[in-house]
Amino acid sequence: MALLEVKNLGISFGGLRAVDEVNLNIEKGQLYGLIGPNGAGKTTLFNLLTGVYQPTNGTIMLDGVNIVGKNTYEINLAGIGRTFQNIRLFKNMTVLDNVKVALTNREKYSLFSGILRFPLYFKKEKIMNDIARDILAVFNLEQEEDTLASNLPYGKQRKLEIARALATNPKLLLLDEPAAGMNPNETAELMDTIRLIRDKFNITILLIEHDMKLVAGICEEIFVLNFGTELAKGTPEVVLNDPAVITAYLGA
Amino acid sequence: MSTNKQTKLSSNKKAISKTWIVIFKIVLIIAIYVIISSLVRFDILNRQYKALLVPIGVNIILAVSLNVVTGFLGELSLGHAGFMSIGAFTGALFTLNMDMPGTLEFIIAILLGGTIAAIFGFFIGVPALRLRGDYLAIVTLAFGEIIKAIIKFLNLPSGKDAAGNVKMVKGTMGLSGIETYADYTWVYVALVIVIVICANLIKSRHGRIITSIRDNYLAAESIGIHVSRYKILAFVIAAFFAGVAGVISGHNVPIIKPNDYDYNKSIDILVFVVLGGMGSIKGSIIAATVLTVLPEILRPIKDYRMLMYAILLIAMMLFNNSKFRAGLNENKSLAKLTGLLKFGR
Repeated sequence: MALLEVKNLGISFGGLRAVDEVNLNIEKGQLYGLIGPNGAGKTTLFNLLTGVYQPTNGTIMLDGVNIVGKNTYEINLAGIGRTFQNIRLFKNMTVLDNVKVALTNREKYSLFSGILRFPLYFKKEKIMNDIARDILAVFNLEQEEDTLASNLPYGKQRKLEIARALATNPKLLLLDEPAAGMNPNETAELMDTIRLIRDKFNITILLIEHDMKLVAGICEEIFVLNFGTELAKGTPEVVLNDPAVITAYLGA
Repeated sequence: MSTNKQTKLSSNKKAISKTWIVIFKIVLIIAIYVIISSLVRFDILNRQYKALLVPIGVNIILAVSLNVVTGFLGELSLGHAGFMSIGAFTGALFTLNMDMPGTLEFIIAILLGGTIAAIFGFFIGVPALRLRGDYLAIVTLAFGEIIKAIIKFLNLPSGKDAAGNVKMVKGTMGLSGIETYADYTWVYVALVIVIVICANLIKSRHGRIITSIRDNYLAAESIGIHVSRYKILAFVIAAFFAGVAGVISGHNVPIIKPNDYDYNKSIDILVFVVLGGMGSIKGSIIAATVLTVLPEILRPIKDYRMLMYAILLIAMMLFNNSKFRAGLNENKSLAKLTGLLKFGR
């Protein structure tokens, strides 16, 4: 059984079908690419998967559970983590705290333990610090744990966002243009990191990207969205040489 | 391996200096109390300033608690005096109608006033989930005024008369004959507890969640945070402490009136928070103290007092936002100057 099964998914904004008849199966452990021209509905699809928008029709099954109708936070608890196209970090919090917030549902203690500083508070905080530092180390951010998130350079902010999403221990990680604004070196480094986290954290990744080199380089399968509907899907070699895809990207 | 050892060593060092900071804070708390009480005992403070001690403490509690909502959750609340009012009247009604030993009666009154205010905080927190920013500010403003209107409308039992019958008074008249339990010791203990709780809250899991909602609520939801629950939590905590401050201020003078807790008071509290810096507990404490004392210091200039107060307020706000001040922060010279205060945080 596929980890994510999207059937017949669609949403209308007024008369506009932003996403229509999308069918998508992602197997466990896959690195899946989602591409398409600007305005094709890629981010809308992400927002449907994470409950930011509720679909007009269709089902989304995560690990056999229908997640349509759930809130964003419930969907995260069900196992989907995400990053955003325009970076959404907790800017006035430190790098370490950004990751620790995301651990909040994994290592819990009560309000009273927190404000009265019971032993449980110190125990759990230590566990959280250790996990958070381990995750930061994967992204080479461990030196910057006390820096405010807003003071990080752009590339590191993107990495921190991925680190934060990973901290919630998702089964499926959605990355919305992780390489946007990065130079070729940074992109190459990011490709390695994405592969690494897939293997190290044993998760499935669906990513939106415009950088075809990155997509072709790391994705095992690609889904092409155009005007909200499926244009093509399959392995990178097949999809990126598909005349319909080339036309959609370059114009007729 | 060697780096691992090094981090372990430095974290050990950190732990040791942390214990020292805790010890220092406890010493600081006791020292401040000793200083205040000796100032009072040996009549160094005149009556005018002695009378200010409780209001300063009350204002600090109010400012720190409003900071939880406005500074850390990032929601503008203009109804803080409403919660204070609920606390003050609940507490006063309790002590007027109960016949218990003073200390016990006052402690129960404080907890009761805080709890009732917290319940109202819960109810104001619910619409707060749907509204944001300016809209919420208006709703909380209206909330404060509604509380005032309701208290004015009610008939309140205010103790027993000589014949043993319960005296009923009109809410507009306020309550009188309240035991003035609240002295500087009470308020000092209360404010230390409130500050410790708020500071601990902010550095705990719940505090981090509240701060993350302020910074980006969409991202907070995306990492599995039940945003509504924690927004309400912040409102309830702030309301509880505002209620506590209300009970204390209500037992500082024998008479309380609903008009004492109108939106002007809410604005005053907001000014403490903004001047002290959103999200800075230390700043709230300093701002509340300075702005409570300032009108008294300005008393000699009579008619120009409030004018001067306003001008100084503007000047302080400008200074706090200035490049000069930002520069001081950058090269840490301000931190060095106020090293003790920094340590106290």
